[in-house]
Amino acid sequence: MKTIKAVHLRLYVAGHAPNSVLAIVNAKAFCEAHYLPGYKLEIVDLMDHPLRALEDGIVVTPTLVRLMPKPSRKVIGTLTDQRQVVLALGAG
Amino acid sequence: MKSFTNPGTEKLVTGIVGFDEITGGGLPRGRTTLVIGGAGCGKTVFALQTLVHGARRKKEASIFVAFEESAGQIIANAATFGWDLPSLAKKKLFFLDAQLSPDVVKAGEFDLIGMLSVLKAKAEQLKATRIVFDGIDVLLNLLNDDVAERREVYRIRDWLVETGLTGIITQKAGGETEQRLGFLQFMVDCVVVLRHQVQDGSAFRNLRVVKYRGSAFAGDEFPITLTSDGMQLTNRGPTELTYEVSDERVSTGLPRLDHMLKGGYHRGSNVLISGAPGTAKSTLSGLFTAAACARGERILYVSFDEGAAQIVRNLRSVNIQLAPHLKSGLLKMYSTRTRGPNVEDQFFALRAQVRLHNPTCLVIDPLSALSAKLSHLASADAAQQFLDYLKSEGITVVNTSLMDGLKTDEATATGISTIADTWIHLSYIVQDGERNRALTIVKSRGTGHSNQVRELSLSDEGVSLTDVFVAQGKVLMGVARWEWEQDQLAIQKRAKTATELKKLQLKLSQAEAKARLQVVQAEMDARAAEMALLVLATGSEKDLLASDLVVLREMRHADAQLLPKKEKTNGAHRGTNGHKDTE
Repeated sequence: MKTIKAVHLRLYVAGHAPNSVLAIVNAKAFCEAHYLPGYKLEIVDLMDHPLRALEDGIVVTPTLVRLMPKPSRKVIGTLTDQRQVVLALGAG
Repeated sequence: MKSFTNPGTEKLVTGIVGFDEITGGGLPRGRTTLVIGGAGCGKTVFALQTLVHGARRKKEASIFVAFEESAGQIIANAATFGWDLPSLAKKKLFFLDAQLSPDVVKAGEFDLIGMLSVLKAKAEQLKATRIVFDGIDVLLNLLNDDVAERREVYRIRDWLVETGLTGIITQKAGGETEQRLGFLQFMVDCVVVLRHQVQDGSAFRNLRVVKYRGSAFAGDEFPITLTSDGMQLTNRGPTELTYEVSDERVSTGLPRLDHMLKGGYHRGSNVLISGAPGTAKSTLSGLFTAAACARGERILYVSFDEGAAQIVRNLRSVNIQLAPHLKSGLLKMYSTRTRGPNVEDQFFALRAQVRLHNPTCLVIDPLSALSAKLSHLASADAAQQFLDYLKSEGITVVNTSLMDGLKTDEATATGISTIADTWIHLSYIVQDGERNRALTIVKSRGTGHSNQVRELSLSDEGVSLTDVFVAQGKVLMGVARWEWEQDQLAIQKRAKTATELKKLQLKLSQAEAKARLQVVQAEMDARAAEMALLVLATGSEKDLLASDLVVLREMRHADAQLLPKKEKTNGAHRGTNGHKDTE
């Protein structure tokens, strides 16, 4: 495993809404657990950038999008269900 | 906040024909309306049409949030309505694809906070006033948790109140979903239920307003139709009848009938020609058609169950020529076949034909082809509304209706006779081994009309109306009438001969009198001549008398007597008589 695949995740949240806060925590924990250092986790707050969601096709919050590696994947919810997250994003 | 201080009196026009009337102006502005319906009921059309109307007529921008279908699908599906969504979507109508693709994985609870903040920003950007959440149940099902569902719905409600937008939420009806989302109906200000039902093999769509806070509304179920202009609701006619009326008359095409109606049909009126099969209903319609074209008017001839070519041929046999008018374009014939009991679609098709041809006169032959199916109240409404529409357009309409007798209960069941202004009934009178056509005017609003029964006869030369004779309480028609006429002729002939005879007799006596007059005259002349002769011969009468006296005196010598003078005159008279006889 010499070549490390570039990992780029983006989490869309809505301010300090409970689901969003929980998702941020869960996303960080997931990345730490499953990816090597160097992954990129971007957090976009739709309260600050509301029109951004339109461009990216975000309907509900929180939504986690895996931009890299391809193909892109989408997981909605608080990411509490780790099993589902692993199934969707892979274990790195 | 705004909407609390502004009670739901303000309305937002939907542009759905009929719906705005039954709700007294449309949906509650600044409030939320829930539209519930099964698959294919037209929930999306209802919501979309409201937005399109706002964008096109009121220049109000809107947002459409599509949970169930993609925006592209919705735009494609609505292409049949001629709303030009693609160009609207660029300016006044924003579509948000809120469809979660099936490969999205759910890993925990989620909410709509983000989406609503996005929508708020977009609404402010567009200055939008209307918003639709189409297929909210799809999203709520994904939550799969009663508490979460409720929470998100209330979130939307609060968001709508906060933004002051007029919201329309659509939701699928039926089954467990509707039960679970039942609370939605209590939460919103207005609930509209769309229903799809199949009756006798035909599909009916209905709309019912279940609830409308702060407003009166018609709570009945109304039939709806999807036309090329979108959804239309068939209201039971305008509550107020405000047509312009005309005193102008249009010819029936039959001078004698014009005379019976004191000038013809009223322009813009509704004429019903009823009668048994073969009583020449179509022929009368044909006469009206030909007369309209001859005046240079445009006319639409709608026939059911009979092709245009066949009608033209049949009317030619009674010398009604429609072919030249078809060619000139004044006449348009629209032949169609009656389908299932749902006649609303057919009335909408007819409406389209009327708009296309723009006629001043219209024939529907026979309307009963439709009214036979008017057992459904909805269809009767559609018929009435169509006729109301024609009336409001000032189109003179001649309808024929198949009717075996003058059973008024049957006629009123169709509801047509009551809105007919002029009703002509054709019937057969069977008598002395023949069948003849009789025409009567049952009613004619606003025109004097003859109460007489007329006999209608058809021939190669055309159509004519003849007086019928009533003798011994019987109406005489056909051969009986001919016989009566012959009798009348014979009586007249006898009377004429008798007069001639009398005339001759009078002439004779006149001649006799004249002859007698001549004899007397001749006699007088003769006497005058005789007198003249006598004077010539003897001098004047005086001289004669004097000379006689002289003679006497001479004979008696001196004293003359007076008596013998008389004898002398007598003798002279006898002489003249004798002269006359010889002549």
